Amino acid sequence: MTSHAEQEHRHFSQSATAAHAEGQQHPIRIYLIVWFWLFVLSACSYLVDYVGFQGYLRWGLIIVFMMLKAGLIVAVFMHMVWERLALAYAILLPPIAVLVFAAIMAVESEYTAITRMTAFSGGG
Amino acid sequence: MAETTLDGTAPEQSRPAGLRGVAADWASDQRAFKSASWGKAMMWIFLLSDTFIFGCFLLAYMTARMSTTVPWPNASEVFALHIGGVEVPLILIAIMTFVLISSSGSMAIAVNFAYRRNRRATVALLLVTALLGATFVGMQAFEWTKLISEGVRPWGNPWGAAQFGSSFFMITGFHGTHVTFGVIFLLIVARKVWRGDYDDGARGFFTSRRGDYEHVEIMGLYWHFVDLVWVFIFAFFYLW
Repeated sequence: MTSHAEQEHRHFSQSATAAHAEGQQHPIRIYLIVWFWLFVLSACSYLVDYVGFQGYLRWGLIIVFMMLKAGLIVAVFMHMVWERLALAYAILLPPIAVLVFAAIMAVESEYTAITRMTAFSGGG
Repeated sequence: MAETTLDGTAPEQSRPAGLRGVAADWASDQRAFKSASWGKAMMWIFLLSDTFIFGCFLLAYMTARMSTTVPWPNASEVFALHIGGVEVPLILIAIMTFVLISSSGSMAIAVNFAYRRNRRATVALLLVTALLGATFVGMQAFEWTKLISEGVRPWGNPWGAAQFGSSFFMITGFHGTHVTFGVIFLLIVARKVWRGDYDDGARGFFTSRRGDYEHVEIMGLYWHFVDLVWVFIFAFFYLW
């Protein structure tokens, strides 16, 4: 025996998709809200440059606004929050390798910079 | 019916959620992606590979910028425009960012209307998206022209480290190419929606498979990815 809520849910999904079971049906309101926040966050990251923040404050704000924007786009516009975790992990975990690569190259380029400064200032 | 099952939008059965769900989906010796069709899963995997490509471009840029002993040109000044006698920093890039975000929003809503079978609204929004994308590429062409006329080359520029030019042309050029291809495919998908190809199941030119409105969503995944890449380019190349 199915509960009343279940019946209601089934009825709703049938009428919403016109007898066609299809994925990713969400109210347009959600997209408009995310759109609005993307505009606000972009304006904020532009203001970081316009106001002229420097140093760790600047880099920190740039990273924060960037990650918030990226998160909103992937989660809502690309529907990742509504996909199963098996897909989300398969796609979102491998880019961690890029971060590891970045860390390796950061160490490497520090070393290159030091070598260059020593070699160039000492007359090669 | 076999195709309907493959398209992955079969009604949700009671599948386990959370980590147990990940283990169950991957261990089932069948399709790992229960909620995504093969088309959507392949687009996601393509986008993952593209992530590595752009990731490596940005990494190369980071390595060049961190290891050079010559000062890096100030992007805020390089990309400033004279507007009404005032020097406005980064203004063209800011406008380009807003144009691309607007196109992402119209794309998201186009996908929504596609699933509602509202063909007229879907086509209109897809064309708006393509128009905004073309505007973006146009502004990028203007930006390239301006920089080239000021003497920026892949091997040097008037303001500092030579790698500035090579990083700039490589990264924005590759991104602009992505946007251009996106615009072309947006127009193709818009035409197919306009003709009702996804209603009567006409076979597509690419795979000869019958399409459905999920194609619009898959097209949207690509387009949002192009916007996503710009978020990172804007942060690391223009703002840093």
